[in-house]
Amino acid sequence: MSEQAAAAEHADSHGDHGHGDHHGPDFYYKTYAVLLVLLVVSVLGPEVGEATGIQAITLITAFGIAVVKAGLVIRNFMHLHVEKRFVHYFLITSLAFMFLFFFAVAPDVMNHEGTRWVNEAAIAEIERAEAEHAAGGGHHGEHGGDHGGDHGGDHGEGGGHH
Amino acid sequence: MSFKPIANTRSATGVMTAKLAIWWLLASEIVIFGGLLAAYIMHRIGHPEWANYATHTNTMLGTLNTFILLTSSLTAVLAHHAAEQGDGPKAARFLYMTVGGAVGFLMVKSFEWSNEIAHGYTITANTFWSFYYTAAGIHGAHVIVGAICMLWVASTARKNEELHRVENVGLYWHFVDLVWIFLFPLLYIAK
Repeated sequence: MSEQAAAAEHADSHGDHGHGDHHGPDFYYKTYAVLLVLLVVSVLGPEVGEATGIQAITLITAFGIAVVKAGLVIRNFMHLHVEKRFVHYFLITSLAFMFLFFFAVAPDVMNHEGTRWVNEAAIAEIERAEAEHAAGGGHHGEHGGDHGGDHGGDHGEGGGHH
Repeated sequence: MSFKPIANTRSATGVMTAKLAIWWLLASEIVIFGGLLAAYIMHRIGHPEWANYATHTNTMLGTLNTFILLTSSLTAVLAHHAAEQGDGPKAARFLYMTVGGAVGFLMVKSFEWSNEIAHGYTITANTFWSFYYTAAGIHGAHVIVGAICMLWVASTARKNEELHRVENVGLYWHFVDLVWIFLFPLLYIAK
């Protein structure tokens, strides 16, 4: 295939949109610079949050900025905004199933007791780990303890609910 | 006479079939990684003791790897731009740089894991470390697959052949970067 034919073929492959006409290397370098600044903020922000005891700073700088960074990559590097609308639809569908999974399962996993059930294994594991941490226990203690605790916790999802 | 696969030439939807396949692949990856991260988040919220385990992850190395992946995303999109200009050899050079980023990421990761395993933080240490190695391990496998695919695409792009593949492999690579953007605060920042 000749060079001109290859270029023409590639140009055709972008016929459904035309981001190549709008974005040059300068645009990508600027996006990259913003991403690096956001990376620095996402690392330093939680340090400030911990020092001041304001948890909102940690949440916003760690996870809020992660969402902004992801948005920049999706829009400016993946050019999703110029793709056909149905591409958006099936990506959103995947995200919707992910959130459905999360909200359907989260109440049982994030809580350890509810109406007529208690996850005793999970509660015991939290108490054991916190006590070990308070006693200044090293990580080596986690092996034996967690093997028992985690296995109990896992089985507890079924057997531990009373 | 050369044979061209239908995926490279047919477009029933307005999106080239090969690129459409990549978007479908990424949609399935959203469910794979999304499910894994959602499971991690709900366990993390339900188990406050995990905050103590998370203090042992190396934020400095996590930051370095984030920097490497962001840089490799830049070179991937520059490769795409070069391909759009019909400059296959330049696109191939940017793809080789991206592969260099993948290798750098894996080197940092292997150093990090060696150190953690040496200190007893193995995949069987507790559920936190199990999630840590599973999530980062599956992500690392995607980095390896992406690097292999980019080498293959670069080998044809440098001959100015099949330049549309540069964008397709770039989309996959940006997704690998996206996953890390969320793994980084979850595993390294939120202590």
